[in-house]
Amino acid sequence: MISVRNITKRFGSYAALHGIDLDIEPGEFIALLGPSGSGKTTLLRIIAGLEFQDSGQVLFDGDDVSSLKVADRHVGFVFQQYALFRHMTVAENVAFGLQVKRRRDRPTRAAIRDRAEELLRLVQLEGLGGRYPGQLSGGQRQRVALARALAIEPQLLLLDEPFGALDAKVRKDLRRWLRDLHKQMGLTSIFVTHDQEEALELADRVVVMDHGKIEQVGTPEEIYMNPATPFVSHFVGETNRVTGGSGEIHFRPHDVDVVAEGGEAVLVDNVFRKGGCWRVEGALVETSMFVEIDVDAALPQPRPGDTIRIVPRRSRQFHFEPTSNPEGGQA
Amino acid sequence: MKVRATSEDRLTQIVLIGLALTFLAFFLLLPLVAVFSEALGQGLGMFLEAVQTPDALAAIRLTLIIAAISVPLNVVFGIAASWAITKFQFPGKSLLITLIDLPFSVSPVVSGLIFVLLFGANGFVGPWLAEHDLKIIFAVPGIVLATVFITFPFVARELIPLMMEQGKDDEEAALSLGASGWQTFWHVTLPNIRWGLLYGVLLCNARAMGEFGAVSVVSGHIRGETNTMPLHVEILYNEYDFVGAFAVASLLALLALVTLVAKSVLEWRFDLHSGASH
Repeated sequence: MISVRNITKRFGSYAALHGIDLDIEPGEFIALLGPSGSGKTTLLRIIAGLEFQDSGQVLFDGDDVSSLKVADRHVGFVFQQYALFRHMTVAENVAFGLQVKRRRDRPTRAAIRDRAEELLRLVQLEGLGGRYPGQLSGGQRQRVALARALAIEPQLLLLDEPFGALDAKVRKDLRRWLRDLHKQMGLTSIFVTHDQEEALELADRVVVMDHGKIEQVGTPEEIYMNPATPFVSHFVGETNRVTGGSGEIHFRPHDVDVVAEGGEAVLVDNVFRKGGCWRVEGALVETSMFVEIDVDAALPQPRPGDTIRIVPRRSRQFHFEPTSNPEGGQA
Repeated sequence: MKVRATSEDRLTQIVLIGLALTFLAFFLLLPLVAVFSEALGQGLGMFLEAVQTPDALAAIRLTLIIAAISVPLNVVFGIAASWAITKFQFPGKSLLITLIDLPFSVSPVVSGLIFVLLFGANGFVGPWLAEHDLKIIFAVPGIVLATVFITFPFVARELIPLMMEQGKDDEEAALSLGASGWQTFWHVTLPNIRWGLLYGVLLCNARAMGEFGAVSVVSGHIRGETNTMPLHVEILYNEYDFVGAFAVASLLALLALVTLVAKSVLEWRFDLHSGASH
């Protein structure tokens, strides 16, 4: 089990992390999700031993590794830009972690070669061992970086924005592939992302962070359906925020019924097709607050200028200050 | 009709290009031609004789020795300084960067005087050196010191921007894979910077062999002992031995040309290399 205890980190006067606590079960696939500047990458680097916390502890299976250097923590780290060694072939890159072992721990030359080949097969790059990183596509480089990190048989795999540098199509394929690989290997893994879709699709549990604090930890379902804070509600998935009284009411665009009478009147401003729905953008007539609503595309398409009446099927209320507490439930 | 966003009228083009070419011809090409024609003006025999006098040979040997000592030293210092500056955060970093540039901003004569002030007979450690029978000023160690000081920025200045651009990711990746600091440097950092390093070495070497001002102050101009090639050229010239002066000068000019060609080749390889890797 990986445990993070009350981690605090400052860069100069800037507090990157304050009081982070987190437990990760063996074999879990964890996403650290947050906007840039939320401290998610710093937390990942502290777990890796590439950065050191000002206070707090990192425990691997109960052992305090807080003062161990990255080389002694046996973690696989995949960098955002892959950081492949460009003057080495793909096979040499993959074998690097074995090649630099002390002589008495180092496998034989043949064993290293076999291991590199085996790993390249695992990441579906068989036969490309003789190429240089510069000759590979982005998705291939990413998989080389993964194979290289796995070569040292890490107890923990850490990935910094693993799909950040790839185009949309490749990203989607690679995402599915990585999920399958994780299932197959069962290696405890943590990845950093700012893409909520990625986090919700891949992770067993998502850690939502903002301003150096953990906002919520939960399964993708919990995070989406029961966001603990206004930030989570707003950051993960689309949310309409309507202020009223002592707090905010949040509801998803798809959690809305269109009714003939009653409800809230919405003046339609713009309509376009979004998959199986009409996405309606408009303003509440009463308060002129902006809302987005998904209307079943089986219904006639609303026109700009129309007024439709809506009732949120499911909403959450958050109270302003001191700390916002969820008061979820049906509206 | 062809309209280009940056089109100047033809006359402006011709005038600008003409100006640049004329300038180059007068200030670079003509002197170079003059050096070689003066050196070879009295025939190849005279040229060979002039560069084979004992004093000329001694100057050439000394110049090579100075370069052979100061270039490797500055490779080590330069890599160490660039490594420290680009891979670590520490107080006084910007001061160090400024200090690296110091030899560029100080007149070489002043650089030479610094060492006279330190190690000369009336200098801070001069009496102590005299007691222990150590000669630095007006001897080879002084010339090496002055040359190392003057050429210090070349390697570091070449490597700092390069290593800055490359960032720390590769090194961190190597460390995370279990490599030691030394393995990381040898297998990852050094291959990444090799072309830039070679380029820096080349410039450093050219300057080490060609430095006049600082070396002139500390050398004492002892013929056959502390004269480097540039100093030897000046002495011969002052004695109206034009063939001799230009013959040795032409060797230095040849070094410049070789450096230039090697630099172009390196830049070409460097572009090719970094082009393939991004």
